[in-house]
Amino acid sequence: MSKVVYEKSRGLTDAPLTYCPGCSHGIIHKLVAESLVELDVLENTIAIAPVGCSVLAYNFFNCDGVQAAHGRAPAVATGIKRVIPDKIVFTYQGDGDLASIGTAEIIHAAHRGDNFTVIFVNNATYGMTGGQMAPTTLINQKTSTSPYGRQEATTGKPIKVSELMAQIPSAAYIERVSVHDVQHIAKTKKAIKKAFEYQIEGKGFSMVEVLASCPIGWNMPPVEAAKFIAGGLMPYYPLGCYRDIHAEGGSGA
Amino acid sequence: MAKNLITIEESLCKGCFLCADACPKDILSLDKSKVNAKGYNPIQCTDMDACTACAICGRICPDSVIRVERDA
Ligand SMILES: Cc1ncc(C[n+]2csc(CCOP(=O)(O)OP(=O)(O)O)c2C)c(N)n1
Ligand code: SF4
Ligand code: SF4
Repeated sequence: MSKVVYEKSRGLTDAPLTYCPGCSHGIIHKLVAESLVELDVLENTIAIAPVGCSVLAYNFFNCDGVQAAHGRAPAVATGIKRVIPDKIVFTYQGDGDLASIGTAEIIHAAHRGDNFTVIFVNNATYGMTGGQMAPTTLINQKTSTSPYGRQEATTGKPIKVSELMAQIPSAAYIERVSVHDVQHIAKTKKAIKKAFEYQIEGKGFSMVEVLASCPIGWNMPPVEAAKFIAGGLMPYYPLGCYRDIHAEGGSGA
Repeated sequence: MAKNLITIEESLCKGCFLCADACPKDILSLDKSKVNAKGYNPIQCTDMDACTACAICGRICPDSVIRVERDA
């Protein structure tokens, strides 16, 4: 007799993913799907897809879903969650979507303490449109719109979203994680599950920032791109829990 | 005799090599003799007997290509 120790999650549909080879979006999709199944809320969940490479995410998660205008997923999530509060609602957003055009929406969803979950995929670029510079692009990182590398003098320093969101008094849980190897993938799943648990328990706004690769946009083979998450992104974007108002001792700014 | 087994859904594999790089037993490689409908060389296991069913390949694969079974 043999025992299945790993297989595709039933939280995903049979639709083949449209992401490039080795793209972190696929790994993060699996962790969200597995978490929803393990928490037994898959059938009661509504996913809000963004604009970006994950624009079709509603086809991949085996739950209900809608797709929002660029950056507006938190506004759509707010509406849905307030009208049908017994649903589990999450947005899935890239850094171009959340940290650029959607800055107002994400900040005010947290500011209102709306009880939904945000999965924030920070790959430091605009993947879908051809690897342009994002607010999260590292200094000296080459992109199609910063061919000599991002320059602080003209574009400032990359925005640190988790640190920023952790200052918002009504945000409940903010954590930054990474998916560059299996150990970190396991920690990312824990954080995603915790965020959904908080929502289920009515604890308020939760966001998990996932450091991710965009091998195509970065012009790197996937294995090298995974290493760049650890060696390039992580030193500037330290991993860890930035806010948890329900933790023992009640951490948070 | 039952043994550990990985099953590769070749049609979904994008040949990204993340699983092969992560495999502690170094038993995964691209099968250059095949090209799937997506246009990629799919991954293959070159020594099933050496597999410990650790499932690292399954967990790291973005496309849920690999199913892992442990001899119980
Ligand atoms: C209103 C509007 N402005 C601009 C665009 C063009 N656009 C499409 S995707 C995208 C950025 C996506 O980047 P990100 O959110 O980081 O996601 P990724 O593709 O990297 O996963 C932009 C600017 C658009 N579709 N709609
Ligand atoms: S462009 Fe980048 S983010 Fe988009 S699917 Fe490809 S690797 Fe992923
Ligand atoms: S990680 Fe998945 S998609 Fe990439 S080579 Fe391995 S089986 Fe194929």
